[in-house]
Amino acid sequence: MSRIDRRFAALRAEGRAALVTYITAGDPDFDTSLAALRSLPEAGADIIELGMPFTDPMADGPAIQLAAQRALKGGQTLARTLALVRAFREGDADTPIILMGYYNPIYIYGVDRFLADAKEAGVDGFIVVDLPPEEDEELCLPALRAGLAFIRLATPTTDDARLPTVLANTRGFVYYVSITGVTGTAVPDFEAVAAQVARIKRHTDLPVAVGFGVRSGAHAAAIARGADGVVVGSAIVGALASSLDAEGHATARTVPAVHALVRELAEGVRSVAKQNA
Amino acid sequence: MSNKLNSYTSGPDEHGHFGIFGGRFVAETLMPLILSLEKAYEEARADPDFARELAQYQAHYVGRPSPLYYAERLTEAVRAGAGEGKGAKIYLKREELNHTGSHKVNNVLGQIMLARRMGKTRIIAETGAGQHGVATATLCARFGLKCVVYMGAVDATRQKPNVFRMEMLGAEVRPVQAGARTLKDAMNEALRDWVTNVADTFYCIGTVAGPHPYPAMVRDFQSVIGREVREQVLAQEGRLPDSLVACIGGGSNAMGLFHPFLDEQSVEIFGVEAAGHGLSSGEHAASIAGGRPGVLHGNRTYLLMDDDGQITEAHSISAGLDYPGIGPEHAWLHETGRVTYLSATDDEAVAAFRQLSLLEGIIPALESSHALARAADLAAQRPRDHLMVVNLSGRGDKDIDMIAERLNAAKREGEAE
Repeated sequence: MSRIDRRFAALRAEGRAALVTYITAGDPDFDTSLAALRSLPEAGADIIELGMPFTDPMADGPAIQLAAQRALKGGQTLARTLALVRAFREGDADTPIILMGYYNPIYIYGVDRFLADAKEAGVDGFIVVDLPPEEDEELCLPALRAGLAFIRLATPTTDDARLPTVLANTRGFVYYVSITGVTGTAVPDFEAVAAQVARIKRHTDLPVAVGFGVRSGAHAAAIARGADGVVVGSAIVGALASSLDAEGHATARTVPAVHALVRELAEGVRSVAKQNA
Repeated sequence: MSNKLNSYTSGPDEHGHFGIFGGRFVAETLMPLILSLEKAYEEARADPDFARELAQYQAHYVGRPSPLYYAERLTEAVRAGAGEGKGAKIYLKREELNHTGSHKVNNVLGQIMLARRMGKTRIIAETGAGQHGVATATLCARFGLKCVVYMGAVDATRQKPNVFRMEMLGAEVRPVQAGARTLKDAMNEALRDWVTNVADTFYCIGTVAGPHPYPAMVRDFQSVIGREVREQVLAQEGRLPDSLVACIGGGSNAMGLFHPFLDEQSVEIFGVEAAGHGLSSGEHAASIAGGRPGVLHGNRTYLLMDDDGQITEAHSISAGLDYPGIGPEHAWLHETGRVTYLSATDDEAVAAFRQLSLLEGIIPALESSHALARAADLAAQRPRDHLMVVNLSGRGDKDIDMIAERLNAAKREGEAE
């Protein structure tokens, strides 16, 4: 059983949804990013999405675009992102880590080498925004063969006819994108989201997590009622950004700012008891 | 790497691949949209009414066919500097005479007619030099569609006349402040708009790049250039040309000229990338000469990037060529060896710009001037009975301020010495 499957099974037994938190690797520098990463499980994160910075994040809103720019300016590379995971794993053997980003840096690193190095570093799976099922031969199928999860995004435009295509090679969980749009720009309609999650669950036994636009503990609680997981990215990255000094460098407030918001989100998720146990 | 194929015109395959290039590398939100676009385009292609309507507007609104013009004084100037018996006969395909002043309108007309068929009411576009934005704004005005054009803030400054033109035509121009604030960033922002406004919006991509079916569809709409050249050169010279030359940013004017000739093995074909300050300076926009295969904006193709796969900034004096990638079909034509890709620097383009203005009374776009710069060299090495066709893809009115500034700066430097 993979770390992701074990984590969802444990939470099901506990009767609550998972809190999935996103930060960008190397934002604003390697050491701060590692400290922030280490603080996430303690603050109540159940699963970590770690962003691989890219110059052209087409599906991301301003908060995550700026995070990627800060990280790249700070010298982050894909190799250093894997080093970050390796360092995190020294102190945490249980929290699943999913690398999230765009395909080109992976393609240039080399798919086989990347999968081997990621597995060795302690990565559990991938979300690669610009690899739809039509391009599964590129990374998804090699990742599955290497025993790593490939988490697919389902969106409001993914209708019932297309859902089986999207779900076919998905492992770990399904990430439902709650809005049509880029990350962190709009607040979803929570009732509509619950109906969409129910629709996806008619097609799969995988857990369904929901993200894009979740900003507070109250939002997290609202999503947790209808979904197996709540994904929060832009709000956390935004909290980190607002703690930086005028030059964009980390301050003593940076890690605490991330920690405080994740704690609030965790309380929101934990306030909703579920019947799944 | 020259392995001859039976045909160079059968691509792409059903997944949008030209060899390893092309594909559909987009977010899931956009997948259903590009699949429905592909279906709508296939249906339109098979519909004689669509072809008829397109031909009607090409003739009476765009002003096609554009002339194929023998550039006599340019040819003489090349011959004067060439060796004995050398100096090809240079023809210009006058795409700059199209309504809106460039080849861009050929593609936009096709896509806007398709958008109307699909019931879309809002059109978005990215633009570099502004030529594609102006063409899109023009057709949107003609058909009463809402139009939003994304333009890098740097480009919006250096191509101000085109910003005014778009606004005059009723379009909303949104300057993009992200990244290097040029064409690549405008395309990112257009994709973000599309992912947000999926129901009513049609993304009118300006070049032969992006996810399938765009590279093939834009090529098909631009191929009217090459089809006309074929007829015109047969009428004027009684035979096919010996060579074709076109500039390449994304490469749509080049694909349009080249495609109908790809299977004519006797025709030499040259694409000219923008070498900016020179290929060795690192400040250029020559994706084939200075890049490698990667994935961006929906397709695999040659891209400018660093060792970590981060996309690097392109540089060119010409905003229309200032893009760190190239259409995937060009990447494939390069790897198969069918087309030879060369480059021209900013300085060479400016010299060619002045030369054509003085010799032929035609002010070319800086983009097209890159093709003219290499065409002169190539022509000088070829015999006098060699027929060369250069795509004069756009007119240079938009560039005169920048050229004036550059010439004045050079003059000041000269006086200071």
